[in-house]
Amino acid sequence: MSFMQRIVDFFSRKSTVTKGGGDKAISKQHAGGKMTARERIAALLDPDSFHEYDLFVEHNCQDFGMGDKELHADGVITGSGTIAGRPVCIYAQDFTVAGGSLGIMHARKITKVMDHAINLGIPIIGINDSGGARIQEGVNSLAGYGEIFYRNTLASGVIPQISVILGPCAGGAVYSPALTDFVFVVDNISKMFITGPEVVKTVLGEEISMEDLGGARVQAEISGNAHFFAKSEQECFAQIKQLFNYLPSNNRQKAAAIAQKKPKASYKIENLVPKDSKVPFDVRDIVRALVDDSEFLEVYELFAPNAVIGFGRINGETVGIICNQALVLAGVLDIDASDKIARFVRFCDAFSIPLLTLMDIPGYLPGSDQEHAGVIRHGAKVLYAYSEATVPKITVILRKAYGGGYIAMCSNHLRADFVFAWPTAEIAVMGPEGAANIIFRSEILAAENPDEMRKLKVKEYTDKFANPYVAASQGYVDAVISPEETRAYIVHALEVTKNKNETRPARKHGTPPF
Amino acid sequence: MSEQDKLSQIMLEDGAYSTRLSRKFMMRKPYEKNDPRVIKAVIPGVIESIAVAAGKKVRHGDTLLIQEAMKMHNRIKAPHDGQIKAVLVTAGEKVVKGQILIELE
Repeated sequence: MSFMQRIVDFFSRKSTVTKGGGDKAISKQHAGGKMTARERIAALLDPDSFHEYDLFVEHNCQDFGMGDKELHADGVITGSGTIAGRPVCIYAQDFTVAGGSLGIMHARKITKVMDHAINLGIPIIGINDSGGARIQEGVNSLAGYGEIFYRNTLASGVIPQISVILGPCAGGAVYSPALTDFVFVVDNISKMFITGPEVVKTVLGEEISMEDLGGARVQAEISGNAHFFAKSEQECFAQIKQLFNYLPSNNRQKAAAIAQKKPKASYKIENLVPKDSKVPFDVRDIVRALVDDSEFLEVYELFAPNAVIGFGRINGETVGIICNQALVLAGVLDIDASDKIARFVRFCDAFSIPLLTLMDIPGYLPGSDQEHAGVIRHGAKVLYAYSEATVPKITVILRKAYGGGYIAMCSNHLRADFVFAWPTAEIAVMGPEGAANIIFRSEILAAENPDEMRKLKVKEYTDKFANPYVAASQGYVDAVISPEETRAYIVHALEVTKNKNETRPARKHGTPPF
Repeated sequence: MSEQDKLSQIMLEDGAYSTRLSRKFMMRKPYEKNDPRVIKAVIPGVIESIAVAAGKKVRHGDTLLIQEAMKMHNRIKAPHDGQIKAVLVTAGEKVVKGQILIELE
């Protein structure tokens, strides 16, 4: 072949392979309301920034007639590019090629780009759209999954790992996303489960649709497997870009700071909080009154909404924000809220993101379902995560701070660097009604009018203990501040904790109550 | 405003709070005390054979019936000594999870 012929041959090979499963399969993908793997990468990354690797990889399976089959790029596209100018490694499974099924070469492409990301200190994004293991390849496809899971674990806490579920992701395949930091799902497109509706029906006799078993909404609201829920692929990519903005590229860097902006003036903190601590308010309004430009990216918006977590900026720097949300279930800690908070705190700690906790907690959720499902061991994760975290920890007690919940939500005792309390804070071993019923039990029972006596005693307890001053008198609160001073105190706290360097006793690793 | 957005009451240690309820919270099932005299199917399947009839005295560990499920013949045994009050299934019957099979006195 002449030089020119070789060039022509190259372009012809390339154009065949980049077609993936071919025009028919591509139209089918589009008809299902889905973008192709290449379109997804193009939509997510900066224009023309994608550089592809391993385009000519082919499977090597000879069994079951696979020897004659060409599977272009082996059903997965890998490479690197940029988002808002920052490098990222990416792979996208191509459903048009053998249903995006995972064989050993497909897996090797993924693990290669993962190794790249780990070695280069670059975040990795995996777009999942696959029917699962390529059965013809037998145990080799299992080996492929295992190698991916192992690397997900190696990369954990080293580089941010993002999973996007844009199609089926079933059986063992679900464990790669489950090991990563953030999982994105799209309504009517994402399907995740260990065993599908057919198996559930045969084994258990339960009739359930794919959507109700493992659709996007279920994963984002009920199971908590997904952190972000979107209505369309485009919205999902916008969410990823937003999140990416707040994150550092790896655990050796800090997230890039930007020029600070004041919160939008429309939020007046003192008007947001009801006087009666049993009347709810939306704690996200407080967050928006505190963060730069009032911009807050909520993580796990649908799951365990009795806690609110997410990213914002204060003074231009990324901060991880954790709140009790009185608007839902009175803001109690329960199993799901505990898991949600603990995982987020550990993520922030791993990536040097300071923690801002806004406390308004009436306690834990009572009930046999909670106790039996292990609220003790799940709740313990919150204590563990906050205690373990060595990033700057700033806590503001807005209203209620009762009992074990007070300790758990990054109190002074778990080594918050600063605890501020509003004059409306109630820091006590339990709420006034509960406490009065126990402490003054005999007086209430002996009284001529027990109800009157109870009210009197509740008031007595409230006056004495339902305030921030008892805790402040012990030094458990560093400053009682007025709500409008809050941002200034937080800004200062972030400035003075910038060079915080806390160490822990040497150990291989802790043994948290997983 | 959806059903979930309406304010409801929730009872905590410190009395009633007004708040919204989550969908998952509303899906939770109340606790049911386990009655050892009521034997239920722990898995769906088919009743293969029945070894007892109403009135029969049984000892702890006696096989009461055999249920086929997940390609296994599962021996359902008496959880304690007692007398059969009622057998609520017949051989060949398909049973669902949680269905009452036998009651003891």
